[in-house]
Parts: sequence; C-alpha cells; structure tokens
Amino acid sequence: MNIFDIMGPVMVGPSSSHTAGAARIGRLTRALLGEVPVRAEILLHGSFSATGRGHGTDRALAAGLLGMTADDPRLPQSLVLAREVGLEVTFGSVTLPHAHPNTAVLTVTGLSGRTVTVTAASLGGGRVQVTRVDDLEVSFSGDLPTLLLRNRDRPGIVAEAAHLLSAHGVNIATLHLRREGRGGLAAMVIESDQPIPEELLQALNTTDGIVSVRYLDPEGGV
Amino acid sequence: MSFNSVESLLDASRDLPLWRAVLEHDCQEEGIPPEQSLSRMDALWQAMKSAVADYDPARHSASGLVGGAAARVESSPHPIVGGFVTQVIAAAMKTGECNACMRRIVAAPTAGASGVLPGVLLPYQSQYHTSDQEMVHALYAAAGFGQVIAARASISGAEGGCQAEVGSASGMAAAALVSLHGGTPEQMAHACAMALKNLLGLVCDPVAGLVEVPCVKRNVAGAMNALACAEMALAGVESAIPCDEVIDAMRSVGALLPDSLRETGRGGLAATPTALRAAQRLRGGAL
Ligand code: SF4
Repeated sequence: MNIFDIMGPVMVGPSSSHTAGAARIGRLTRALLGEVPVRAEILLHGSFSATGRGHGTDRALAAGLLGMTADDPRLPQSLVLAREVGLEVTFGSVTLPHAHPNTAVLTVTGLSGRTVTVTAASLGGGRVQVTRVDDLEVSFSGDLPTLLLRNRDRPGIVAEAAHLLSAHGVNIATLHLRREGRGGLAAMVIESDQPIPEELLQALNTTDGIVSVRYLDPEGGV
Repeated sequence: MSFNSVESLLDASRDLPLWRAVLEHDCQEEGIPPEQSLSRMDALWQAMKSAVADYDPARHSASGLVGGAAARVESSPHPIVGGFVTQVIAAAMKTGECNACMRRIVAAPTAGASGVLPGVLLPYQSQYHTSDQEMVHALYAAAGFGQVIAARASISGAEGGCQAEVGSASGMAAAALVSLHGGTPEQMAHACAMALKNLLGLVCDPVAGLVEVPCVKRNVAGAMNALACAEMALAGVESAIPCDEVIDAMRSVGALLPDSLRETGRGGLAATPTALRAAQRLRGGAL
C-alpha cells in the first residue's frame, strides 16, 4: 500500500466502504455505459442492503452515476440532483450467492437506449472490484484503462488484438481470456498502462471476429 | 515494497528525518517527484482543517444519534482541564461528527477514525504556531507508521476490530506528535507502540452498523491516548515491547475476535437493548 492508501482519500462521510466505494462503483458504471445515463435500477446485496441508507450508499451510488467523485460535497443531495437532470433511479434488495457483503448490481440505460448491467463490490478504503459486466464474469478495479472485448473463438484473434494495441503504443498490464465453449463466443478483459485512443477503439470494433467492445476510461468523464 | 517493519523504517531514518525517509521511499515506489507527493499531502492537511472549520452543531446524522456534541464540549461552563486538552476533544469530535453527517473529511487511515489525527494536530498547530509545511511533514511520519501497521496487521475494522482503526490512528497520531515536537525516530516508535498497546483488543461494534455510535467518541479516546503516549515517549518513557511486536500482537488479537465484534453490528454495544431499539427504528426506513 502506498502512503496515500493510508492517508486519504478526501471523501464525503461516513464510510470509506459504504460511501466512498459506492460512489466509485456508480462512476465506473457510468464510464462503462459510455454515455449519460437516464435510468438506473440498483439492487443492493448484504451489508449494502442492511445499512446502506444510514451510510448514504444509495446517494453515493447515484452521485457516481451523475459523474461525481467521492469527495464531491453535492453527494448527499444526489437523489434530488438526479431527478433534476432527468436520471430516474430506483433501489431494491437482492441476495447474491457467494458475493462480497458490500455488493451492488446496477442496470443502467443511457440517452441512446444503450444499457449495461454492472456488478461490483466495495472492498474497503474506497477500493472497488467489478465482478460482472452484463453476462460476463470479470475481475478488475477500474484503476487502469480497461477493455472488454467479445470475440468469436477462432485462432489468432488474441494476437490480432494484442498487435493492434502495441501498434498504438498501448502496453498491456493484464489480459484475461474466457470462452463459453470451443468455437463459440469468448471474451478478453485487458487492462492497459495507457489510455485507449479513439482510433484504436474504432480499429478493434471493425476487426473481423470482434463482436463488441466496451471501454472503461478511469480518467474520462462522460 | 512499502515499509513492512518499524525496524526498517528506523533504519531508513539514520541519516535523514523519518518523515523525509517515508516521502522519498514512496516517491521511488510510485515514480513521482517529491513536490507532487508533498502537494498531495498538503491537500489532505488543508482538507482536515476545512472539515473542522466547516463544523455546524445544528447538523445531525442519518440516525439522529450524532450531532452537536463538540459544540457542547467547547462551551462547557465548568470544564476540568480546558485549554489545549479541551481543544483536542473538540477537534476529534468535530471531525467525527462531520463524517457521520456526510460532510467532507479525510480518511486517516479510515473514515471511522478520521477524527484522531486532526484531533491532535489542529490544536498543536494553534498552540505552537507551527507552519503548514511542518504539519505536512508530521503526516508523513504518521503515514510511515500506518504503512507498517497495514502491512503487518490491518487498518480495517471489519478485519481487525476498532483497535485496527482508532487504535492505528492513535499510534500514527502519537508518532506524528513526537515528530512535530522534535523527538527521535526511536521515540516515535515507542509512542506508537504505547498507543497501540493501550487500545489493544478494542472491538468494532457500531450501533445499527452505522459509523456513529461509538465511533465519534472513540476518536476522542484515540486522540487523548496519542497525546499521553507522545508525552511519555518525549519524556524518555519506553515501550517494554518493541513496536513491531505490538503490531503483530494486534494482528493476532484481531484474528481472534469473533465476527460479531468486527463491524457486523451484531455484538458489543450494537447488541445492547438500546442499540437494538435504535436499529429497529432505523430499519423502518431501511432500503
Ligand atoms: S467502532 Fe468500528 S466502525 Fe466505529 S470507528 Fe471503530 S472500527 Fe470504525
């Protein structure tokens, strides 16, 4: 842990896991959607559900969906602000088998009708882990630029994607592969050291065999 | 690798101030220039001050259990000690209350224990007219010890109980005070060790699972304990058990704590009849 994991962050209270982490989950979900959200259905699991209201977990998640960071003083008013800007948010409870006690499932629809469902856990100290995006099991923190690629399971596709990245000067930090069955659909989750430029996203999108591309830019605002 | 023993931290401080060793070590790790790290730490220090300045006694927490207490302490008609010590109590409470009321604070090392460091550092600055720069240096000393605690034990109540949150904050604050007051790195280690020892075994038992009761007032305990331990260490009093061994003991005590006393809100104060009634009342409005 570096010293700023010990000292800091600056955050709106009361809980680094239930408030700061929740805001981060909301913000990552907005980034994964890649556009302005207009509707969000949020399900809370475990301790998030049991003590979420007292900790402002609901407001923190909504604040994150509005693009706020954990230290934004408007965070406590986020539900009112959401209504004002036309983001409709509903909350419910869910019980997920084997999930971390501080887990939320967010199904979010954007202006264009595009949707994404994100499951993420707040691990403490404001750090989070995304565990599922739509029907894909994943494991990333959102600290690094992250690419989620759906591809047809054929020889050479991983090399092609890796080649495209290196051709754009993007270094791969981690790469995880998953497939649903031989020759079927597979997925790649790539964390990189550099942000992914727009033309690289285009190139990936038009690569034969890559079915869908989602990109999480941790710095990027939508 | 961050510092994983107080011994290695003291070794690194042979030829330069301890805070400087922590700063340089972290900059090397992160590949950032010292100015960048210093300005980041300064931002945390300014945020600690703003949180206390922003205190409003009229504010109340979500449960209604927290609010207005620091103002009462400050305006007590008949205080026993008053002065510096009363300021410590008030500053720790103000930050704790701000946290419970969803205001902006600095997690140090956590949000629950956010009142301990500002609790001792703000009154110190106004008493001794120390510069912001020196206060920032003290935060590096605190972070150095915090790093070792996080590496060898834990700074999370869910893992190690409140000894890991308020206890760790108290140990860090004791070291920071010794650093500010011109003590040696060895004295910082003794202060930190004594502060941790005094709070060893402290359980995490928040009423209704909220960071309100007993958290706000435990920040006062952490701050006062830090003050006493720094005073002892500066006078040459030593911890009979070395700091690293105390931290290891804290880890094993944490591991022995049952789940009910590690932030689940199911044991200790959280299981008292009054707490259960409060929780019941809140659940009416739960999500
Ligand atoms: S009692 Fe638990 S929640 Fe409260 S400050 Fe201590 S560790 Fe944090």
